[in-house]
Amino acid sequence: MRNICYILLTLAVCWFAAYVAHAQTGGLKIPDQVSAGEGFTIPTSGSGDATFYLVGPGGASKRSIHLGDEIKVAPEETRTAGRYIAVLRLGRENNSKTFFVTPGKPAALNFLARPSRVPAAKQDAISGVAFVFDDYKNLVMAPAPVNFSLSLEQSAPTMRTVPTKDGIAWTQMNSSRSQGAAQFVASLPATDVSVRRVVQQVAADACDLHMRAQNTGKAIVVETDPIRDCSGNAVPDGTIVTFTEIDNHGRSTVDARVKRDIARAELPLSDNATISAATGVVLGNEVHIGIGIGATGGER
Amino acid sequence: MSRIFPVILIVLAVVLVAFATISPSNLTSAKSPDQAVRSLFERAKSRDWKSAFTYVAPISNVDESAFSRDLNGSDGSLRTYSSLQDINTKTLKESDNDATVRADLEWSSAVGALYETRDLQVIKDENGWKVVWPQEKQPNLPPQVIPVNYLRWDIVHRGNDEDWGAQNVEPPRVRIISMNAIEHDGGVMVLGEIENEDTVPGFVSVSATLLGKDGGNLGEESSFDKISHTLLPKEVSPFRIDFPNVKLADVKNVRMQPNALLVPASADPVIAVQHQRIETDARGHHVLKGELLNESGQTVNIPHVLATYYDNSGRVVWVSDGYSEQALLPQTPVPFAVDVRDDLAGNVQSYRVTVNNYTLDRQQ
Repeated sequence: MRNICYILLTLAVCWFAAYVAHAQTGGLKIPDQVSAGEGFTIPTSGSGDATFYLVGPGGASKRSIHLGDEIKVAPEETRTAGRYIAVLRLGRENNSKTFFVTPGKPAALNFLARPSRVPAAKQDAISGVAFVFDDYKNLVMAPAPVNFSLSLEQSAPTMRTVPTKDGIAWTQMNSSRSQGAAQFVASLPATDVSVRRVVQQVAADACDLHMRAQNTGKAIVVETDPIRDCSGNAVPDGTIVTFTEIDNHGRSTVDARVKRDIARAELPLSDNATISAATGVVLGNEVHIGIGIGATGGER
Repeated sequence: MSRIFPVILIVLAVVLVAFATISPSNLTSAKSPDQAVRSLFERAKSRDWKSAFTYVAPISNVDESAFSRDLNGSDGSLRTYSSLQDINTKTLKESDNDATVRADLEWSSAVGALYETRDLQVIKDENGWKVVWPQEKQPNLPPQVIPVNYLRWDIVHRGNDEDWGAQNVEPPRVRIISMNAIEHDGGVMVLGEIENEDTVPGFVSVSATLLGKDGGNLGEESSFDKISHTLLPKEVSPFRIDFPNVKLADVKNVRMQPNALLVPASADPVIAVQHQRIETDARGHHVLKGELLNESGQTVNIPHVLATYYDNSGRVVWVSDGYSEQALLPQTPVPFAVDVRDDLAGNVQSYRVTVNNYTLDRQQ
């Protein structure tokens, strides 16, 4: 009987000790999810001093607190989204709680626009990828609409709205028929957040390369018509146009540079030569220079 | 006895001084046409232009400075960076007073050995055999202003402190437009052409990996000097990548990798390649000859000629190159010759010559 009393008494003491300990830390009352950059308070009960630890993906903090007062977690301590652990330590006793800080509202964009140069009139040649972040550079995982707009001066913009998936929205767009600096903008609706990139739309391969030749008595001067792509854009200065002259002395070539839409070169004098022009893999017309005649043009 | 020894020493000294004084005149006198040519080049090899010039016949009508300029190069040309390594001479024909001697010269240079063959006329005068040095007639360009207003491309890259999404200028788009793998000289050679499709200049190179029948890597090489590395917009360059000691039968696949970097560049100089034709040279080998004409106003110090040969189906069958040892002065044609494989000459239907240029006082 005495033994039974000892056992019961021991159990009662243990239960009381556990009760007292629980009453001192009071448990950690933290919401399971907190929005990034939002401060909150943790109530405590009991008396005495304890140590509070907050460990998260962006850092860790430690401070002494007085039981019975509220623990204030400042907004700057929860700026980084992710899994956090709050620990209250009293002597050898630990009371901890895991909670999650979720990204805040969409407030910033990172925008990758590729390529920076693209030939005109190409399908799906321009891609834009937008990453949506909150104020604290946390990737916003919840779906959010992103507006993409591609515009060239004096033409209607191409607009598209794409919802993000796991924080990323992307789109592909055609380059327009005109060359120039296209403004590619990604923006968040109902905010003033937008990021602008410039996609230089440049002339594509030359179309209908045509040249003429003239015997000046000292040389044969060859000159192209203004060189344009199939959309009518002038090819840029510096583009190579190869003129080839074949006669009974052999073959002569000049890699002329386009200057103000026109390529021009001087070839050796000949009384019976066939002259052709090419730029890249695009061939132009052929011209025959004969005795006593100027140039007779042949088409490709 | 004590007097005899100093006397012997004095006599010996006099003999040696006399020998040293007399020997140059003996050396300048060539006993045969072959010796005259050989002696001339031997002195040129040691850059003793004055002595070498003593073997030049007066009727050559060439002065010493023009002679040394011809052999030693000028205007920062490749010849100025070369030295004569080996001389072989052969008398082609000889009479009592006249002969023709062929000199095969090997020059060592920064770009490897350069070979030159000269057929020289040698005549006999009272001082022995002398070489008639062919006079290089450089046309005198009249003083003039050559306006060069070609485009230059400069690049501003993004700053280091930009956000990771910030835009940067991209390398140019390049494309391999033809490729052909052949076996030659105990190795595999990958030939082809690459085009800069973009509107900006690029520094290009081509890498190739040979894959064997089991998918294993047989070798990896890249184009080195058989390519024009700087390509302007829409410019096409040949390339050749050599894989020595690999058999084509062992190759199952070739993986090609064109690489391009955006680089600052200038659109000048323009170098015309005139009167290209395939001929047979004095040795009986096929060579592609022509003239290079620098149309700009600036001297091109070292021109590098790249020749692409096509068969009747338009396929690239060979790529060869050569350096002109003369600098390209403005508006002055300079001859060039590039070896053509004799076994291939019959198959060559067409060819194309492009010129790389190296100018000393300019980076781009």
